[in-house]
Amino acid sequence: MNALLSPNAQWVLLSTLILGMASGMIGCLAYWKRQSLMSDSLSHAALPGVVIAFAIVGVKEMPVMIAGAAASALAGALLIHWIRSSSRIKEDTAMGIILSVFFGFGIMLLTIVNRTAGGNQSGLDGFIYGQAASMVRKDVYTMLVLAALVILIVFAAFKEWKLFLFDPDFAKGLGLSRRLMDGVYLGVLVLVIVIGIQAVGVILMAALLIIPSVSARYWTNSFRRMVLLSALFGGGSGMGGTLISTFGANWPTGPFIVVASSALFVISLLFGAQKGLLVKAIQLRAQKQSVARSWSGEPGVKEGSAG
Amino acid sequence: MTVLQVRGVSAAYRKNNVLRDVSFDVQPGSLTGIVGPNGAGKSTLLKVMLELHPKLAGSVSFFGSTLARTKTRVGYVPQRGSVDWDFPTDALDVVMMGLYGRIGWLRRPRRIHREMAMEALSRMGMADYAGRQISQLSGGQQQRVFLARALVQDADLYFMDEPLAGVDAATERAIMETLKELKQNGKTVMVVHHDLQTVEDYFDHVLLLNRTVIAHGRTEDVFTKDNVIAAYGGALRWLKELSS
Repeated sequence: MNALLSPNAQWVLLSTLILGMASGMIGCLAYWKRQSLMSDSLSHAALPGVVIAFAIVGVKEMPVMIAGAAASALAGALLIHWIRSSSRIKEDTAMGIILSVFFGFGIMLLTIVNRTAGGNQSGLDGFIYGQAASMVRKDVYTMLVLAALVILIVFAAFKEWKLFLFDPDFAKGLGLSRRLMDGVYLGVLVLVIVIGIQAVGVILMAALLIIPSVSARYWTNSFRRMVLLSALFGGGSGMGGTLISTFGANWPTGPFIVVASSALFVISLLFGAQKGLLVKAIQLRAQKQSVARSWSGEPGVKEGSAG
Repeated sequence: MTVLQVRGVSAAYRKNNVLRDVSFDVQPGSLTGIVGPNGAGKSTLLKVMLELHPKLAGSVSFFGSTLARTKTRVGYVPQRGSVDWDFPTDALDVVMMGLYGRIGWLRRPRRIHREMAMEALSRMGMADYAGRQISQLSGGQQQRVFLARALVQDADLYFMDEPLAGVDAATERAIMETLKELKQNGKTVMVVHHDLQTVEDYFDHVLLLNRTVIAHGRTEDVFTKDNVIAAYGGALRWLKELSS
C-alpha cells in the first residue's frame, strides 16, 4: 500500500479517473454514431506520431507527444474518409487498413528510435501497453485540463449531441451543421485518445471508449443516464486498473484497466436493469406464467385480459 | 406568392441520374401528393430541396429566398426507417427536438417547451405515451411522434417522406386529419405518397414524378389515367381499380 501513499501515485489515480470519465462519455457518442471501431483505428494510428514527435524533439514532453499523436490520428481519420469516399472500399475495410498500416509503421519507427542512443530510456514502449506510473505531475495536469475540456464539450452541447446522433438529417434541417458536429466529434474523439495513450496504451485505448458505453446501455433507457453511467464505469475502471497495476513493479496499466472494465461489462450483461440477461429471463418467465394462467383459466378469461 | 419554386433541378446517386430537369411551383395552402413509381426520385427530390443531397444543376427557392434564410419556416418529416429507434430516449424527448431551433443552441429546454411538446403529442393522440421508450412504440405510434415533432416546429412549409407507409388505419386517419388542419391554417404541405387509390381523397394537388415532372397541378386536372400511365409505364395492375 506504500504506492498509494506516494503523492505522485495519487495524482496518477486522479488522472486515470478523469480520463476514464471523459472516454466513457465520448464512447457513448461513438456507440450511437456506430463508430466504436473507429476509435480503435485512430488510437493505433496515433503511434507513429508519438514516435516521430519524440525523434524530432528528443525528450518525452507530454504536450509534444499529444500533438504528434493527434496529428497522426487525424491523418489516419482523413485517410479512412478518403479511402471510403474515393473507392469502392467500405468503411470497415478502410479502418482495418489504416489501423494495421499505421501501427506497423509506428512499431517500425519505435524499433529504430530505440536502437539509437538514449532511445532505450525514452519510455516510448509505455505507449504501447500504457504506463500510467511513468507520468509526472506536469503530465497529469495536462491530462486533467484536456479531459475536463472534453467533458465540458459533451455537457455544454448535450441536446445538440443527442439530436445529431439520433437524427442528423433533421438536425441539419434545424440549422445544426453536420460538418461542424462531425468536426467537433472527431476532435473530441482524437483528444480523448491522445491524452489516454500514455496511461492506457495505443492497443487498448479503444477498450476504454467502447466497453463502458456498452455496459451502460444495459442499465438505462435514457441517453443522459447512459452518458453519466458510462462516465462512472470508465472512471471506475481507469482508477481500479491503475490501482491494481501499481501493486506490481512496472506492470502495464492498460491491460488492468481493460480487465476492470470487462468485469463491469460482465456484471452489466448479466444483471443490467434494462437489457440484462437475468432481467430478460425473469420477464420471459413471468410472461410464460401469465400466458399459462390465462389458458388454463375458464373460457372468456383470456378475452377479458386481452382487452 | 410562391412558397416553393424549383427550377431545372438534376441530381444523381453515384453515376445514376435520378432527377433530371425538375421544375415546379407550389402555391401557399396547398396539400400536394408526390406520386411516382419506385426509384422515381421522390425521396431524393425532398432531400435535394432540403440540401441533404447535392444537386447537379438547377435552383430551389423558398418564400422567394434561400433555404438558409428561411430554415425556421421549413419543416421535415424523414422516413421512419431513417433513424435508429433503439436510441435511448422517450417520445416527449423526440418531440422536443422540433423545438431545438427555437430554444437556441447550447441552451436548455424550459418548462414551456415541454408543455408545447406535450400539446403536440396530444394533438396526435399520443399524450399517454409521452414517457414511453421510442423502441417500444409501434410503427404507427413512431410516425405520430415524428408528426408531433414537425407540428411543434410551427413551420409554414412541410415536407413529409412517406408518413403513411406501413402505419395502421387509425394512424393514417390521425395523420390525414392533421395534414388537413395544417392546410386549413394556411400551411403548405408536400407529402411523398405511394398509395394511388387514396390520392384523390387526400391531396388537392399532385406532382407526378418519374425522374422528371410528368404532371403537376390540381388533382382533378392532373391525376388522369393518361398521366398516371405516363408516370408508371405499362405494367399496372391497379389501373382497373383506378378507372372504376
